[in-house]
Amino acid sequence: MTSQRNENRPNVLGAALSWLWLAVIILPIYYIFITSLRPREDYYSENPLSWPSNATLTAYQRVLENDFLRFFFNSVVVTAAAVTVTLAVSIMAAYVVVRSRNRFGRNLFRVALLGIAIPIQAAIIPVYYLIVQLGLYDTLWALILPSIAFSIPLTLLILTNFLREIPGSLFESMRMDGATEWKILLRLVVPLSRPALATVGVYQALQVWNGFLFPLVLTQSASTRVLPLSLWSFQGQFGVDVPAVLAAVVLSVLPMLAAYIIARRQLVSGLTAGFGK
Amino acid sequence: MAAPALIVFGIFAIVPLFGVAALSLVHWDGLGAITWAGFDNWTAAAEDPVSRNALWLTVKLTVLCVLFQAPISLLLGVFLAGRQRYRALLATLFFLPLLFSSAAVAITFTALLDPNFGAGSALDIPLLTQNWLGDPDLALYVVVFVIGWCFIPFHTLIYQAGTRQIPRELYEASRMDGASPVQQFFNITLPMLKYTIVTSTTLMTVGSLTYFDLIFVLTGGGPGNATRVLPLDMYLTGFRSYDMGRASVLALVLVAVGLAVSLGLNRITGANRMDSQSEGS
Repeated sequence: MTSQRNENRPNVLGAALSWLWLAVIILPIYYIFITSLRPREDYYSENPLSWPSNATLTAYQRVLENDFLRFFFNSVVVTAAAVTVTLAVSIMAAYVVVRSRNRFGRNLFRVALLGIAIPIQAAIIPVYYLIVQLGLYDTLWALILPSIAFSIPLTLLILTNFLREIPGSLFESMRMDGATEWKILLRLVVPLSRPALATVGVYQALQVWNGFLFPLVLTQSASTRVLPLSLWSFQGQFGVDVPAVLAAVVLSVLPMLAAYIIARRQLVSGLTAGFGK
Repeated sequence: MAAPALIVFGIFAIVPLFGVAALSLVHWDGLGAITWAGFDNWTAAAEDPVSRNALWLTVKLTVLCVLFQAPISLLLGVFLAGRQRYRALLATLFFLPLLFSSAAVAITFTALLDPNFGAGSALDIPLLTQNWLGDPDLALYVVVFVIGWCFIPFHTLIYQAGTRQIPRELYEASRMDGASPVQQFFNITLPMLKYTIVTSTTLMTVGSLTYFDLIFVLTGGGPGNATRVLPLDMYLTGFRSYDMGRASVLALVLVAVGLAVSLGLNRITGANRMDSQSEGS
């Protein structure tokens, strides 16, 4: 259905559905925002969808006073560490898959494809066992290591597909010049795959940032709490203070919103890269 | 060079996959000693009405999710594939739910659907002021809707990308033949999107099998056991009732179904093509 066709004959059904769905999407987001600005006292008396008559930022203040910054910081550490390591080890592995002419490379790729299918939920009990045995329970490592493991398959798949587009002659000429594999990786592969790294990096960052099951099972104390879990515990802790809970929601989504505004193209293509073809 | 990736992936993804099979044959409360159980957990899980109900709910949830998400995503994606500016703006806004964590979405909808202070009371329509999450007959449908809110944007993106790859000439040729837009949709767009439909539907299916965090925060499996789907049943059995053996059985059922569906995906869509390309190179 090309644009040309649509210009000639408007797609009424598609347009109607689109505007309806826009309303469905915007209403909850609008609700989060205005409720987070509503004073606690007014939450029970004012119309929930009206603009707050006494808009205030005190809900944000209550959230920030409750260690929100520590949870935020934990999320930053976990996300940054997991994504950096994932990209580093995956680009190395992708290089092996693309360059190796033997069964090993192919099988590695197959394992990655299967790995995409392993649901985190299914592996969580043994992962919990491993983490406890390694003495990592309730540390940030307990979140970083499994997050890396479960990010590798899709990252490897996307990077491998990207590296296949690099002409083999480039590798050969560098090898002729006596460059080691590591040098080829650093000087040639990494610079060339920057767009793919950005795409998959932004995507995996979103996944780790919003991950819930690993933190729920593998951490316990407030000192290792990350944002999604903190939202849940805020819900229990603040209970009836809905404006504060929703202010926490707003604060937790801000970094991803910023990333979306800055790197929209990467994020969108990251989401469709693995499967959209 | 592949070693670091293999090691991390092996330890925290492959080993657990075998570990879960081993754990399904033992009694373990998560802390104490591990004792041999044989197939006790399997027979117990098979006879447990809660787990059987969870399996049934998972099937029901999966079917409902696909029926809800697939047509909407398809229509939205095809529509947004047009290149007008306002459609680009719509696509930008449609993406927003993907930025929220499941926990954030669940918390938002808990507040929004509150029978006394939620949106229903704002609009003052009695139909909307039901106890959405507290009514066992409604809760599952609410879950399906909220999951749709989260994931329809993603599938819309997939359909948009798929539609844009359909060659324009096909439409131009059929217009010459006097085909109406509806005919074009059914004779060109749908058949050309075959692989996209398979991919998207498979992802929806696998996704629905494993939805956990959203339902966990939204309903906790309740009211009663009305939304206690398989992943939730597994978590509650393992980490609330401290019966890791039984929970592992449930996890294996999840893996089996997930792998079966994904292998189907690999077979039908491009994965094999990619493999054979690499073999040829």
